[in-house]
Amino acid sequence: MTLAPLLNMLSAALQPADVNPTGLRWPSDPQWGNFITAFNAGNVLRLMGSSLFIAIFVVPTSLLFATLAGYALGRLQIRGGRFIFLFLILGLTIPFEALMIPLYYVMKDLGVLNTQWAVIFPLIGLFMPFSVAWMRAHFLGVPKELSEAARVDGASTFQEFIKIQLPLARPALSALTILLFLWTWNQFLLPVVLISDPLDRTVAGALTFFQGQYLSSIPLLNAGALIIIIPTITLFIIFQRQFILALLQGAVKG
Amino acid sequence: MTNRTRNRRAWAKASARRETPLGWLLVVPALAAYLGFVIYPLTAGIQYSFLDWNGVGAAQWVGLENYFRVLTDETLLGSIRNAFVLILFFTLIPISAGLMLATLIRSMKPGLASNLSQTILFLPQIIPLAAAGIAWSWMYAQTGAVNQVLGWVGLESIGRAWLADYDTALAAVGLIGSWVLTGLCTVLFLTGIGKIDASLYEAVRIDGASWWREFVTVTVPGLRQEIAVLSTITVIAALSSFDIIYTTTLGGPGRATLVPGISIYRIGFTQSDVGLASAFGIILMVLVLTLVLPLQRLSRVRDN
Repeated sequence: MTLAPLLNMLSAALQPADVNPTGLRWPSDPQWGNFITAFNAGNVLRLMGSSLFIAIFVVPTSLLFATLAGYALGRLQIRGGRFIFLFLILGLTIPFEALMIPLYYVMKDLGVLNTQWAVIFPLIGLFMPFSVAWMRAHFLGVPKELSEAARVDGASTFQEFIKIQLPLARPALSALTILLFLWTWNQFLLPVVLISDPLDRTVAGALTFFQGQYLSSIPLLNAGALIIIIPTITLFIIFQRQFILALLQGAVKG
Repeated sequence: MTNRTRNRRAWAKASARRETPLGWLLVVPALAAYLGFVIYPLTAGIQYSFLDWNGVGAAQWVGLENYFRVLTDETLLGSIRNAFVLILFFTLIPISAGLMLATLIRSMKPGLASNLSQTILFLPQIIPLAAAGIAWSWMYAQTGAVNQVLGWVGLESIGRAWLADYDTALAAVGLIGSWVLTGLCTVLFLTGIGKIDASLYEAVRIDGASWWREFVTVTVPGLRQEIAVLSTITVIAALSSFDIIYTTTLGGPGRATLVPGISIYRIGFTQSDVGLASAFGIILMVLVLTLVLPLQRLSRVRDN
């Protein structure tokens, strides 16, 4: 049941491009060339570049901000930290839909509308509640004795953070990396609303462009859509253990 | 309290005080991004919601009128109703199916089969919802696989273009959501079942309980936390569905699958009624909050 739609995509993608295929049926003469046609006609290379550009800014920045804030809120227990945390958590319940109209005008005022920055900036902000909560939870779980021992040995906050806390945070950070990357790569609403040229969007956001382009050819539309999901599926199959763990923890903590 | 721990506490207290300025400094980047790109737009949205504004020209203050318009407009209320119908498909079906499947997979021998089923069940979580929409619009087409399968079992008479039919479009779209979310529910329930005390299962088995009784008295109560978490996630997904609808029906046929997200998009960008779209956005946020907060409390109270 789970696989049927994906297999159906593949079987449709391999039919001759100018024929309207029917149902789930393996083609007698698989047209692997459809993938090449869709790859070129869909500007997939440019799309992947655009998605990567967005992810390269969003993911590391979010990780850095979240680690610093998570450390401060979870480990240093600053005054007013609880209030800041609750204020951030509130953001988890704000649907993107409630923000899409004002974000459009905010990005316009900043002069970045229709560029990748119009998606990069809001995504970093929108990822903060979850990411900070995630890193805070990690730092809360680190036994206090460890850092106290480091302090007694004369380590500064900075040394303790770099030498003790960061290495311990690696599993939490890699899981968060997976989640943020997936959410960025698959982000649809923001690119559709904030970037008018589909070729400057994320790969997911550009699927509408494929739909418009291949309205007449179901095989090419499916080939294009498959090309777009292949990178994440490949990553998933290689790192499935990490992916599943990350997504499960992500669900529970979100 | 020993001297040692007292010293340590005093030391920790002193160091906490010393580190407050540094701690604040570390929070600043995250807080700035959140304030600048979430809270500020949110307040701007609240501001717009009191205006009659087409996005370009002069704006006029209209007070609460936009809110009254959302709550009296049959089309917009219809889109909220549709979102509630989607909860059935995004929440009820995945959670019940997930519970059943998890129980079933647990009874299988651990190993390749159950590992493989976990991986496969998780695939829909990895691909963009927009791609799921494209895959399924082809499944649902007149010449698609759904009608083909119906033909095999002699039901070709009910075959149709499922997404183009007023009576079936909403359910068809909803089932895409069920397809996406059932895997997540199943796998989360599986890890949850693993944490249930095995002696509880043994106890009911000694009592000669049926499979169903075991399910109701041990499995479901043991998973209440997971159920609360998944209800929260899936209810939010249902109320704020956008990607799937956008790539399958765009709200059609007519308004059969119109949901708040698509309405806001259309009103704000196609009809350029920024005030009304913003008001609807705020109403949607309040709706999500009022549905989700009780669910959160439920999971917490039961924890204690």
